[in-house]
Order: sequence, then structure tokens, then C-alpha cells
Amino acid sequence: MRRLAIAALALLQAACAAPEPRGTGDLGLVVERAAGRVMLIETSGRTARARVEGLGDLSHAAAVFSRDGRYAYVFGRDGGLTKVDLLLAKIDKRVIQAGNSIGGAISQDGRVVAVANYQPGGVRLFDAATLEPLAEVPTGSKVVGIADAPGNRFVFSLFEKGEIWIVDASDPRQPAVQKIADIGRQPYDGFVTPNGRYYLAGLFGEDGLALVDLWNPTAGARRVLDGYGRGQEPLPVYKMPHLRGWAVAGRYIFLPAIGRHEVLVLDSVTWTEAARIAVHGQPVFAVAQPGARRVWVNFAFPDNGVVQVIDVAAMKVVKELKPGRAVLHMEFTPRGEQAWVSSRDDGAVVVYDTASFAERARLPAESPSGIFLTSRAAMTGF
Amino acid sequence: MVKILLGLALAAACAAAAAGEPALARRAELLHLVKQDCGSCHGLTMKGGLGPSLEPATLAQKDEEQMQFVILHGRRGTAMPPWSTFLSEAEALWIVGQLKKGLPQ
Repeated sequence: MRRLAIAALALLQAACAAPEPRGTGDLGLVVERAAGRVMLIETSGRTARARVEGLGDLSHAAAVFSRDGRYAYVFGRDGGLTKVDLLLAKIDKRVIQAGNSIGGAISQDGRVVAVANYQPGGVRLFDAATLEPLAEVPTGSKVVGIADAPGNRFVFSLFEKGEIWIVDASDPRQPAVQKIADIGRQPYDGFVTPNGRYYLAGLFGEDGLALVDLWNPTAGARRVLDGYGRGQEPLPVYKMPHLRGWAVAGRYIFLPAIGRHEVLVLDSVTWTEAARIAVHGQPVFAVAQPGARRVWVNFAFPDNGVVQVIDVAAMKVVKELKPGRAVLHMEFTPRGEQAWVSSRDDGAVVVYDTASFAERARLPAESPSGIFLTSRAAMTGF
Repeated sequence: MVKILLGLALAAACAAAAAGEPALARRAELLHLVKQDCGSCHGLTMKGGLGPSLEPATLAQKDEEQMQFVILHGRRGTAMPPWSTFLSEAEALWIVGQLKKGLPQ
């Protein structure tokens, strides 16, 4: 009888055994934009681990990560903020916090999630653990280019107003706002450099960028790459480019020109143009490979079936890849040995070996767009 | 019976062509373009984003020809580009009709 009991107990223990613990350093997610779903991926074996459904309208979705790399905060177009547990592959919490949202950021200390909204225009702050609302910063304008900066600050730009605001969320229930006016017409996106010092906003309404030194924000914004179009009529832009700290490759910052089939190279020491590189179409993302030797570029409709790779030493395109139709996004593994690329219209996420450009995997996905890896958890401005 | 159906279908297709309506296969392409590529600014469900909402309620009072013009030629001073390189006048007008009644899910 006793033996039987022990056997039963052993059986019970086996049945209830927790899954093998694992880290999250090689995890991430891919947005399946049309399905309201994310695909959870791991980059060691290059596989899809699970799907999490029910995230709402994910056209133009973005994600940031908790500082322990376990949770993703996904910002949806419908104003949904969803906290996804990457290990248990389920939604931990979800709130609808606005009518129309564009993206968000997480504070330096990991305690506050900020969401940038179009409708109503403004930024809302949430407790990262509970998603409880903490404060609201109305802007009366569409918010773009939100990024976290040192000092638990959030920096963002206002599309219609042409301003950059810095919100100090050290006391997240009573955020302090600092406004910088007259930064230029129609900022479309912005980012904080990985060293946390500078905020750069790209302008759609004129050819240049606005630069703010976050060590000295009272000095205001200064214009860089002013008049890069050299008076030429811009070409039509069928998709707005995206900016983030990935633009920085060592000393140089690689930026999509607006209405020009060029990548502009800004020298971050002298803040002058270092080069301009002719490319295949209107660049959308120009992403530096970790190690900063190469920059991968994708393009707007109708040239969006191609990825070009720029060699930073040579400042020219050295490779052209065709991952599939409508390439929407690229993300590197933290040390840069793999590039994950989404092809929306071929329904695939393609994994490249960045040394040989060989295709290592092709994962089926439904209209995949953004790819976000947990390494972002440890990066300022992501 | 089959012949009659075929004839009817043919007649319907011809009527559509006469009215300048895009062929069936092209319609699917156009809807994909509207949802995915227009959707990058106006939202996949057309509820708006950097670009304004294109939902039926928002568009109810808007003039069809004016909308067709904006699609084909863009709007200066805004982020709306001209699509005339990719769309005929009839296709743009058909898209206007689709937006006004709401895109099929």
C-alpha cells in the first residue's frame, strides 16, 4: 500500500512538473498584422514557439519589452495596449486606452509604459506591472516618434504642431513637460540615439531633421542636413519611413531621405552630411547590423520586394536580396549574426545568415509586419 | 442551362466593363492595395492613422469626383501621394465606391 502511494505521488509530481525553466534572451515576436495575432519566435533554433491571439487591430503595431525580457507590450492601432507573457505564451493584461494609437516606449526604470496616441492626440502613462493608468499628457496634435531617454523621460514629436516635447515621468502620476517649439514642419518620426544623449526628428514637410541635445534641452532644437533635397521636387512617398536608434552605426547615422531614393549619412560628431548613398527606392527602414559594419535598407511601395545592404566602410550598396513581396521590417539578433526579415505578401519571415547572406529559415506567417526581439529590453530608446 | 448562365455571366462582365469597372481579378488586387498600402497611413480598417479616417460615416458627405482626384493626384502639403501611376481613373472611382460603402471584410 505504501509503495503504491509513493508510486502515485511520483506520478503526480511528474504530471505537475513545471516546464524546464528557460531564459528569454533569444525570444521575440512577429506581428501578424491582419490576424490580430503575434507569433512568438526564438532565434537559437529559428522557430515559431507559439501564437497569441486577440490583440485587436495590429496595422502599424509596435512592441517594447519589460526589463526582465519576459513581457512584451504591444501597441495596436485601435488604441489597445497588450502585455504578452513570452514564456507562458498568453496575454497577461490588455487595455483599450485610446481611439487610435501609434506606438509607445518604456521608462528607463521599467516601471512606466508610455503610449503615443493620434486620437485623441496625446501620451498616456501606465503602470508597467498592472497597466493601471497613471497620467495623461494631452497634446492637441498627433504624437509621433516617442522614445525613452535617461532620467525616466519620454521624448516625442507633434506632427501638426511641429514641436518636440520631453516628459519627465520620474513621478509618473505628475509628469513634468518641457516643450520645444518651431522644430520644423510635420515631424513624422523620431528617435533617441543609443547613448541616450540626442533626440532626432525626421521632417516630412521640409528636407532636414531636428536635433535636440538631451543634456541641454533648453538650448532648443537645431536643424541638421538642412535642405538635403537641394531644391529638387521630392518624389511621391508611398510609405512613411521609420526612425529608431538602429540608424546609428558607430559615428554615422543612416537616415532615409524623404522623397529621394537615397540614404543620407549624418556624422554624429560634426553633425554634417558625411555621404549620401543612391538606393533602389524610397527607403523605409535603414537598420545598422550590430557591429556597425553594414546597414540593411528596405523600401516603400512599389519597390518593396528588395532589401539592399550598405557597406559602412565603402559607403555603398554591396548586396541586394529578394526575400519576398512587400518586405515590411528587418530585425537583427543582438550580436548581428542573423537578420529576420518579414515579407507581408509572401506570408513569410525569412532568416538570413548575415555573414554569407544565405537563407537559414523561412517561417510561414500571416501578413507579417514588425519583428521585435527581447534584446530591445536593454536598449535606451527602444 | 449552363449556356444561359454563362451568357448571363458574360453579359454581366460586359456591363461591368462598359461602366469602366475593373475586372474581377483586378478588384482583388485593388482591395489588397487599399487595405495594405493605403492602410499603412489610413489603418487596415480605414479608421485613420497619420492619414484621416476613410470609414463610410466620414466619407458620406464627400464628393466622389473630388475623392477620385485626391487618390489620383494626391494632396499638396500633406503626406497623401498621387496614385495615378498605379491606378486608372476608373479604378480610382471604383475604390471611392468601395470606401463609401465600406470595404468587404
